[in-house]
Amino acid sequence: MEQIEFDYPAKRKVSRRAHVGVVGSGDLEVLLEPADAGSSHVIIRTSVDGFRDTWKAVLDRFFAKYDGVVRIEINDVGATPGSVLLRLEQAVEASEQ
Amino acid sequence: MSDERYDANFIHRQSFIELDARERAKALFDPGTSRELAGPFDRMESPWLPMQGVTPQADDGCVVMKGKISGQAAVVVALEGAFQGGSMGEVSGAKLTTALDLACADNEKGIPTSAVMLLETGGVRLQEANLGLAAIAEIMASILTLRKYAPVISITAGTVGCFGGMSLAAGLSSYIILTREARLGLNGPEVIEQESGVDEFDSSDRALIWAIHGGEQRYATGLADALVDDDTQQVADAVRRFIAKGVPPVHRSSQVALYRNRIAALDTSRQWEPKELRATWGTSSFAEEKQ
Repeated sequence: MEQIEFDYPAKRKVSRRAHVGVVGSGDLEVLLEPADAGSSHVIIRTSVDGFRDTWKAVLDRFFAKYDGVVRIEINDVGATPGSVLLRLEQAVEASEQ
Repeated sequence: MSDERYDANFIHRQSFIELDARERAKALFDPGTSRELAGPFDRMESPWLPMQGVTPQADDGCVVMKGKISGQAAVVVALEGAFQGGSMGEVSGAKLTTALDLACADNEKGIPTSAVMLLETGGVRLQEANLGLAAIAEIMASILTLRKYAPVISITAGTVGCFGGMSLAAGLSSYIILTREARLGLNGPEVIEQESGVDEFDSSDRALIWAIHGGEQRYATGLADALVDDDTQQVADAVRRFIAKGVPPVHRSSQVALYRNRIAALDTSRQWEPKELRATWGTSSFAEEKQ
């Protein structure tokens, strides 16, 4: 298991937290919470080591569109980049309902 | 497929099996009455899994919800079969035990509170070994205390099934609800094959597995109280029916003599077919012998 952390600049306040997904094979859970700081913090724990660059590419793409100030925790069991992005978007949708 | 197996309502059903643990638990309550306790944001996760390089889940695969069913207080605990095979660890076990104990305390205060366990589990979480075993012992003790006051209902819908120590927990509950897709048994097929060889049990033979561990067989041999379709409404209706029935006059697991005699009377010098067992142990004979 590897722990990876990233920070992204963000401005918009988010009012609600959201939890989606399950820590099952090929899947992940996302915990998205409003944060106070001027940036968003992402903590990833993944069962597959050595994919830091791939995680960075996925999150760079996600935060290119998303500007909420949040703390995101990801617990992953080898989800594909596509699944990760879909779960992140699902969490955003749930937090903005 | 023959005509009699064709069900026109199939397409309109809302599958229960396709729901995750959280959705399953919520689906059993009266709409708008449920709230989650010790949820993922409380971060009660296993401290033992990360030490062994296994990603933990924020709720340790155990969802606890409180609310109302048929207007009466109830607690529902759902195990997430997709996370570590729904296995019971120190934290998930403590959550289940505490939920049952709090329900028990409410009953003692005069607030009738039933409990429903959604069991999709392989039993003890091997990474937490003795802590998992201890947790299951505590769960069983809590079921035995609670079931005096209010019905404790177990549901296994599939596709994981309910095995190992948690099959004992299911066996202690007041009522067991299964689907045709569910499996319930102490040792899972792969464990039996590993321990006794493929001649004893071929764990790749799905027809054999379901003929022995399957929900239909368990119901037909009197080891379960309801067999429902993979339909959320049918599962929820069955729960309401058993809550209305209340505590059974005699629990299945209290009938020690009955089951001992059944085993003793079985001629083990020959191979029994699952269908024969239905005829010998079937639900009708179960009702007669209970008198």
